[in-house]
Amino acid sequence: MKQPLRFDLTQASAKTVAGLSIKTWTRAAVIAGVFLALLLPLAIKGFLVFQLTLALIYAVAILGLNLLTGFNGQFSLGHSAFYGIGAYTAAILMDQADVAYYWTVPAAGAACFIVGFLFGLPALRLEGLYLVLATFALAIAMPQLLKSTPLEPWTGGVQGIVILKPDAPFGLPLNSDQWLYYFTIQTAALMYAGAVNLVRSRTGRAIMAIRDNPIAASAMGVDVALYKSLTFGVSALYTGVAGALGAIAVQFVAPDSFTFNLAIALFVGLVIGGVGSIPGTLLGGLFILFVPNIAEEVSKGLAQAVYGVILIMVIYLMPSGAAGFVRLIVGRVARSWT
Amino acid sequence: MDLFLHQVLAGVATGSIYACLALAIVMIYQTINHLNFAQGEMAMFSTFIAWQLMQWGAPYWIAFAGAAAFSFVAGIAIERALFRPIHNAPVLSHVVVFIALFAILNSLAGFIWDYNVKSFPTPFGSRPLFGNGLMSSHDAGMMGATLAMLALLYVFFRHTRIGLAMRAAAANPQSARLSGIRVGWMIALGWGMAAAIGAVAGVMIAPVVFLDPNMMNSILVYGFAGAVVGGLTSPGGAVLGGFAVGVIENLAGTFIPYVGRELKLTIALFIIVVVLTVKPSGLFGRTVVTRV
Repeated sequence: MKQPLRFDLTQASAKTVAGLSIKTWTRAAVIAGVFLALLLPLAIKGFLVFQLTLALIYAVAILGLNLLTGFNGQFSLGHSAFYGIGAYTAAILMDQADVAYYWTVPAAGAACFIVGFLFGLPALRLEGLYLVLATFALAIAMPQLLKSTPLEPWTGGVQGIVILKPDAPFGLPLNSDQWLYYFTIQTAALMYAGAVNLVRSRTGRAIMAIRDNPIAASAMGVDVALYKSLTFGVSALYTGVAGALGAIAVQFVAPDSFTFNLAIALFVGLVIGGVGSIPGTLLGGLFILFVPNIAEEVSKGLAQAVYGVILIMVIYLMPSGAAGFVRLIVGRVARSWT
Repeated sequence: MDLFLHQVLAGVATGSIYACLALAIVMIYQTINHLNFAQGEMAMFSTFIAWQLMQWGAPYWIAFAGAAAFSFVAGIAIERALFRPIHNAPVLSHVVVFIALFAILNSLAGFIWDYNVKSFPTPFGSRPLFGNGLMSSHDAGMMGATLAMLALLYVFFRHTRIGLAMRAAAANPQSARLSGIRVGWMIALGWGMAAAIGAVAGVMIAPVVFLDPNMMNSILVYGFAGAVVGGLTSPGGAVLGGFAVGVIENLAGTFIPYVGRELKLTIALFIIVVVLTVKPSGLFGRTVVTRV
């Protein structure tokens, strides 16, 4: 399953469009996007704000998966488990210990980092499909573990846990949906900034070197085992933070929200957005939240089939995800301009 | 000790279900080097075809052959229509198309034949063997069918020209093409055969788990597990792996106190992962050595 996963912005940034370098254009697009994202909830209806919040949360979870798959070359079909652990950590802290909601997010991240790191250690021996199977087992096991009798005093068994929605602090003139959106967006901004910096750092280069050629990486002095486990931990941390945010936004956790279907959804978001692309994960989040609803509107009885057909069309149109597609278009435009 | 033997026997009976599907999974893996996530749904769809033929009055074996033939053609058609155009796309994009195929087949089957559970006949009868009800004559028949398929596959791959060509196409596509093998069609043929084996598996499984669009969901998990633990490169290993998974699942459910019954699947998968960390290429798989 080894394929070269291209992540190469430096090459593109040498080209220009309309006299400005692509780097400048990218920067302008990011700034415009941030402004749009900040002003949007003031203009649209409550439910749509809630949906956008969820899309953003999925995007953070997909970002976690992307760090593992896109940058480190390890596959996982088990990230629903980390999402679930994050969500349950947040819910249990709020329900049993009355911890304020904003403290539960870092706690969930820390818990998931530890679990992910510990899972990553034995997973080191597994590669490709065998790692897929191991993570798959994790995804299958998680709902059953959450339902199991020994854990019931904390997890509430099949019933799950209901938590309260936080209101806007400091008397801000926002309803709770809008406040949650802003809370999510600032957490997400932190996480994205972290990811961008991680990828560009010395550590990030080591992580990518392992993806491209593990033997060469270890010959250069990269501790492959340590970095692989650490990446697993960081990836789980991101997905766990998303899980905690998700629990706060939905105000409810139950074992059957974290089944294998969620892992599949995250995986689809990863590929649609573009493997190895950080901005692509935002598109992935929007895709997995909105496209199933669109499919349902086309046909109730065949909603799944319509979704499947859309997926196939998207893959035909952009075989390496939205990010690859954008890179292709930008490259063409830049070439035709000069 | 008596209980233990009974549970092993019952495990072998359920294991034969997994072995059947594991064989189809290994078949496709040999030709395309991917796990086909839609394998279970393809088998389910074929089983519905057989059921439909029987509803129209076809006798059992005609329906059986019809479903297998239909699946063979449909498997080739799926490869030509869906996977041929994207054969240069990254592997992960292929996996997304598998997922899409899964969703389409599942939804389509529910749309055409609805989600009610249907019973499915068996040609072997369902008398209990050995008088204790742990293994029925259908279970024995299913085991026989799986072993027969395994033998046929062995003969096909070892002793026919086209089997040899398929192995060559899978092992080294470039060299195979240079020696005149049409690699693209070998892959399509692999899809067709995997679909047909899946159809046989589905028809064998349906009398036990009953027929509905979601019948394969849990079986596919065990089938995968069986195939991987046995070694994805070895059909015989996959069949043995399927039996092993059935036995482990049953023993865990009976002998591990407190959590055994609730977490049967989890425990089975956990044991498999442990086996894999000790022996990463499966119990009977070839270790693939690559040149640096």
